[in-house]
Amino acid sequence: MRAALFVTCVNDALHPRTGVAVVRLLERLGVEVDFPAAQSCCGQPQYNTGLRREAEPLLRRTAEAFAGHRYVVTPSGSCTAMVRGHYPRIGRLARQEGRGGRLEAYAEDLAPRVYELSEFLVDVLGVTDVGAYYPHTVAYHPSCHGLRGLGLGERPRRLLAAVRGLELVELPGAEECCGFGGTFAVKNPDVSAAMGADKAAAAAAAGAEVLCGGDNSCLVHLDGILRRAGSPVRTVHLAEILASTEEEPFA
Amino acid sequence: MTRAGVHGTDGMHGMRGMRGTQGADGAQAAFLGMPAFPEAARRAVHDPVLRANLRHATHTIRGRRARAVAELADWDRLRAAGKAIKDHTLRHLDRYLVQLEESVTAAGGTVHWAVDAAEACRIVTRLVHATGAREVVKVKSMATQEIGLNEALEEAGIASYETDLAELIVQLGHDRPSHILVPAIHRNRGEIRDVFAREMGRWGRPAPDGLGDDPRELAEAARRHLREKFLRAQVAVSGANFMVAETGTLVVFESEGNGRMCLTLPETLISVVGIEKVVPTFRDLEVFLQTLPRSSTAERMNPYTTMWTGTAGGDGPTAFHLVLLDNGRTDTLADAVGRQALRCIRCSACLNVCPVYERAGGHAYGSVYPGPIGAVLSPQLRGTGSRVDASLPFASTLCGACEEVCPVAIDIPEVLVHLRERIVQGGPATREGVRVRIRPARGHTAERAALRAARLLLDHPGALRAGERLLARARRLRPRRLPGPGRAWTDSRDLPEPPEQPFRDWWEQRERQDERRKP
Ligand code: SF4
Repeated sequence: MRAALFVTCVNDALHPRTGVAVVRLLERLGVEVDFPAAQSCCGQPQYNTGLRREAEPLLRRTAEAFAGHRYVVTPSGSCTAMVRGHYPRIGRLARQEGRGGRLEAYAEDLAPRVYELSEFLVDVLGVTDVGAYYPHTVAYHPSCHGLRGLGLGERPRRLLAAVRGLELVELPGAEECCGFGGTFAVKNPDVSAAMGADKAAAAAAAGAEVLCGGDNSCLVHLDGILRRAGSPVRTVHLAEILASTEEEPFA
Repeated sequence: MTRAGVHGTDGMHGMRGMRGTQGADGAQAAFLGMPAFPEAARRAVHDPVLRANLRHATHTIRGRRARAVAELADWDRLRAAGKAIKDHTLRHLDRYLVQLEESVTAAGGTVHWAVDAAEACRIVTRLVHATGAREVVKVKSMATQEIGLNEALEEAGIASYETDLAELIVQLGHDRPSHILVPAIHRNRGEIRDVFAREMGRWGRPAPDGLGDDPRELAEAARRHLREKFLRAQVAVSGANFMVAETGTLVVFESEGNGRMCLTLPETLISVVGIEKVVPTFRDLEVFLQTLPRSSTAERMNPYTTMWTGTAGGDGPTAFHLVLLDNGRTDTLADAVGRQALRCIRCSACLNVCPVYERAGGHAYGSVYPGPIGAVLSPQLRGTGSRVDASLPFASTLCGACEEVCPVAIDIPEVLVHLRERIVQGGPATREGVRVRIRPARGHTAERAALRAARLLLDHPGALRAGERLLARARRLRPRRLPGPGRAWTDSRDLPEPPEQPFRDWWEQRERQDERRKP
């Protein structure tokens, strides 16, 4: 089994450890990992801010970078949702606006081959116990794009529940947005911070040492809030927990 | 006191209630002067009483709705059916509106067409004047608030009395509604008691001495205050949740019975209804009779559903006028993406699940339509010319909770992104029936430039890598507070710590090592 890693721009620049964790995890599970260097950003910041046309070159770049790869795995629910949910729309609108069917063909071709990490593990590899060890109390925040956009459901929690040593605690109001929302975080900073503070408080109330999520963009926001508040709760990406073993602790 | 009144019948304004001095245009102008959403929201976020009121109320309704909806095994199909009925009707709106006019006329009613708020207010004012009445009782109605009817009537010397409990609270408190269904959601019991004790006597029967804040006591005070108005009123003004083209029947959903008093006691009934409220057949109500109560008040069956068809001798009003309101709806209908907002049945489920609404409150939306539906409806009905309207499509994290609960499956995030595009990138729109091209908004220049620059960088891996390395090298310079626009992040959050090297460098190093290890 071979899979191409779509690490995403946020992870590439700010959270390379998450990418490293995915590589280590997948290789441990017998997957050969490729990293097409032409990849960049999926274009979500541009698209969500109303600059759809600016997202088009990035759609093309992403599709070309991953052309021919049967499985594209990404440790981000929101980037998966962008490719699967919005790429086809961007392509269709480009065609309707008279700019040809090329983008649409790219989008339709790529969308079904992209998997969010927990989907790839549970649905494609068919594993929930990845052999990880992580002796901490963990609460899981299912980011909106994973929860509602992709319908990841119980997959991430099942993966976490199978980790030895890990105590999974309920996060109150788990399905509520953390308040990041891309440029929302700076366009509506007060509401964004209030939402983040409530999420951080929920994690602390749950008795979690670690607030785990599948989207580092949400975690950057939550981590910033936790640190500013001097909270001992840490944020850790799902991939880093799953990559940890007794011999080689990771996160 | 969060007992729901009428299920947000169609349209809304009513800025000042009976003391208002602004006419329809004045009410519009008041909104145009509103601050942009982020500024208005800031005040609400830092008001602990308001935050607590909103949190308590939205979470209570949210939980109840979820349970009521979960009881129905065919909820998804009801939702799809509601969407299909609305889409079909909107596609053939011209035909159904003409059919409706014929049916209402045949049943003894009179139909008037209003292209905008000012025309609707003129029509209603003229109709009330013709009866000689100096006051009207009102059924909770979004459309009449949208057009600022209370203010317009006030200018013409006609007093209007809101009879929905929550609307009464808002009106007596010289306040603005902050929720479609529960307009006084931002008020707690103590605040309501104070408003009743202070204001009721000025407009009619005063609140009893020593009024407490028990919901039952408050409801009783309102009941007595309103009763004398019901018995005296010659004219009632309402909206409607649905209009049936086939039969000419209008339908109002409510929970209190006050609406029914207004709809049955006075001699003259005037209903102001948005044109998108029509459904083709009586049978179509079957779907909405199930979805609307569960979505809005979490009730299995709606407590008071009043239906009337024109006039009937000796039973109810002897004169019935229907004012069909456009006020931006036809323009909205012309937009292939945005038109789905016209499916809305004003259940307010999207407000109740919205994490932004919960913290910003309804007033920040600068419109009678707050919350997610307001964020997509107001900038379409009113255009994106004002500060507040141009900021509304950005008042969302695109978390999708609204779409998930919407009983007519409006893809609110899609419409938000579509409207953002119109504001930031510009594009075609219809205004007063004319196709126009909206120019990109000035306020977004910096952001547009930044995202365009980011795109250029991201589309050139060489440049991207250089940038990432620069970031890694500058990692020790991580400031606690950024200057300029970056403050919006660092005012409440620490900056992330940049890594030693970007992922792609790590990968390359590893590849090189693997190469070397190969024999
Ligand atoms: S948009 Fe949907 S959920 Fe919101 S009020 Fe309208 S019908 Fe209800």
